[in-house]
Amino acid sequence: MDQKKSRREFLAAGLLTTAAVACNSKKSPFTPEDDIKPSGEKIKLLSVDGEVIEVDKAFLKPVPHMPPVSNSEARQGIPGKKFVMVIDLARCKNVKACQASCNHAHHIADAQNWIKVYPMKDAEHTANYWQPTTCMHCDEPPCVKVCPVDATFKRQDGIVLIDSDRCIGCRFCMAACPYSTRVFNWGDPNLPPDIADLHYNAETSVPQKKGTVGKCDFCADMTRMGMLPHCVSACPNGVFSFGDMVEDTVTNGAETFRFSDLIKDKSGYRLMEDLGTKPSVYYLPPVNRNFKFEDGLKKEEPAVKKS
Amino acid sequence: MEKQQKFSPEKITNDLLPTKFGRRGTIWTMTLLAICAVGAFAYIQQLRKGLVVTNMGDYVSWGIYISNFVFFVAISLVGSLITAIFRLANVPWRTPLTRISEMIAVSAITFAALIIIVDMGRPERLFNLFLHGRIQSPIMWDVIVITTYFFLSLFLLYITLLPDIKILIEAKDKLGKPFSKLYRWLASFWKGTDQQEKMRDRSITILCIVIIPVAFCIHTVTSWLFATTYRPGWDSTNFGAYFVSGAFLVGAGAVVVAMYVFRKVYKLEHYITERHFEKMGKILVMLALLYLYFNVNEYLVPAFKMKKSEEEHLTGLFSGEFAPMFWFAIFIGMIIPILILVFPKGRKPNAMFVAGIMVVIGAWFKRYLIVTPTMLHPFLPKYDAPAKYSHYFPSWYEWAIAMGSLAGVLLIITFLARIFPVISIYKTITDHEEEQPF
Repeated sequence: MDQKKSRREFLAAGLLTTAAVACNSKKSPFTPEDDIKPSGEKIKLLSVDGEVIEVDKAFLKPVPHMPPVSNSEARQGIPGKKFVMVIDLARCKNVKACQASCNHAHHIADAQNWIKVYPMKDAEHTANYWQPTTCMHCDEPPCVKVCPVDATFKRQDGIVLIDSDRCIGCRFCMAACPYSTRVFNWGDPNLPPDIADLHYNAETSVPQKKGTVGKCDFCADMTRMGMLPHCVSACPNGVFSFGDMVEDTVTNGAETFRFSDLIKDKSGYRLMEDLGTKPSVYYLPPVNRNFKFEDGLKKEEPAVKKS
Repeated sequence: MEKQQKFSPEKITNDLLPTKFGRRGTIWTMTLLAICAVGAFAYIQQLRKGLVVTNMGDYVSWGIYISNFVFFVAISLVGSLITAIFRLANVPWRTPLTRISEMIAVSAITFAALIIIVDMGRPERLFNLFLHGRIQSPIMWDVIVITTYFFLSLFLLYITLLPDIKILIEAKDKLGKPFSKLYRWLASFWKGTDQQEKMRDRSITILCIVIIPVAFCIHTVTSWLFATTYRPGWDSTNFGAYFVSGAFLVGAGAVVVAMYVFRKVYKLEHYITERHFEKMGKILVMLALLYLYFNVNEYLVPAFKMKKSEEEHLTGLFSGEFAPMFWFAIFIGMIIPILILVFPKGRKPNAMFVAGIMVVIGAWFKRYLIVTPTMLHPFLPKYDAPAKYSHYFPSWYEWAIAMGSLAGVLLIITFLARIFPVISIYKTITDHEEEQPF
């Protein structure tokens, strides 16, 4: 009861403040802005009540995505979640759409490649296969262990992120990571001014900064919105599945699997299990493959960026 | 055996007082200053453009700066070896060597701290170590022990200097103006009373006892920066002892070189005698054998097994890309000096000087070999990264900064030797009065 009351009070106070701010700026928030003239072009929209309504195109304003999370929120992560990724090696043919979409979303240079697709061959007589790697988001992350300033950290939802505003650029984490997943901004990242001027957000890892370390962030901003990481949705072959271990569900967008069954049935494994890093990325072995390894060789030139 | 000559206090004071740079001294100092200036210029460029001016990449993310850091930390350990261990073991012939080794220790540890800042991508965020420091990180341990060691070395140098500074103040007429203010600021309170002497003696003993574990810590923790990772070539339980033994070797080698140079330049033949070289030669050969022993452990045991992850790294060292440097470091840094020094003829000053130089140069390359080849052999293949990341050779910026830091160490030693006596006057007088059998 008490909680409800305080919530109501809070909302009321918030509304009053908003109204006050609006009055101060001498503009009602509900009247169209003066300098916008109706274009005459109407757009059909579905209202919250389920009615189809028409609005002049000129009055449409993009809704800000989501309020950016604060640094401490970004460091805590989302309670009750444990994010996990499953990479099905039987489906990968080195399309590299994952890499392109990742580089695009995080505004990272092509040379840096947070996602890599390795041509692998484990032993002399075993088969070749393509192995995409992201950050493993280990549960015992060696990189976090060695960071002297808590610039890279492990969240309660399992994601390992980097605070580029705090990183001192000692590169100990790069030496500690056995998966070679971390990259360094040796020079200026050369971002367009509108990106470079953004306030750094550990969940988007944008903008990358000179003299600091970068790596795959499991698209923590997307997962906060309940959406899939960019690599997962970009892959045309459904290689990547992403989900929550607590819900025991992973999905590649088209298909959804029960995580525990998938790992059991297909003998999932993790990379370098013997090191004890306990990665959050699982691999399904390359059996009954959808493509020949050689098909991927044709795609060795860098993938075309998709918007 | 030659008999130690006995000198009057006046002669000793006269012989050991610091002197002005001669022509050679001026050229030497100017050369060092020029090298430092080039290094400083390169560093300013690096600050402006970022670490992109180096040839490091995402695989070799630690290069010549870090190997230089390890080298400096190693060499600075000698201060504790000669001063503290010799004092506690009551080695009677140590007097002419302690000051030299303390000077080397202070200057090397200073530049160890500076070069690690040079390696940082964001040096202006150094204060984050204090704002957000995580004690779990081996880097924090290194920051703590290196700072401690720096101050302990500085105190040890300072407290052992006090009676000498009193002599310097008294010899104002001979020394002239240049540093008289500094001398008075440092030690005008020192009267040499019995009580002061007692306190000084006690302080030195305490410092000597404390500095030994701290000295072991600085190099053990430095080795842990590597050994706490999973990488082949670093993932070794041998690393702490391996590093400390190597550090004692290179430090003793540096002392031998410095002994020889100071003896020549300041004409100290009566103080740093052939007997001292003979003794240091024996210590050096023992330390070289010890380091060789740890090297056998470090390389031959993994080579016997040739685990897949180690194989590429080890064959690269033994017969691959790094083989010339590897065998150079083993032979020049250990085996040839051992062969020179085991024979009494090899423990004469000239031969010792050559052996000392070999040890120091070999040790520098050894540190390079400890850092770089391992980074070129990650667990996953090197793939889909710029081609230049697959190899490493330092850029001219890195060479300029590294050489500048080496010159900086020599410059501090040079200035210390210009301002203070390189051999303790006070202690030498006492030794001669007490008729110590040296």
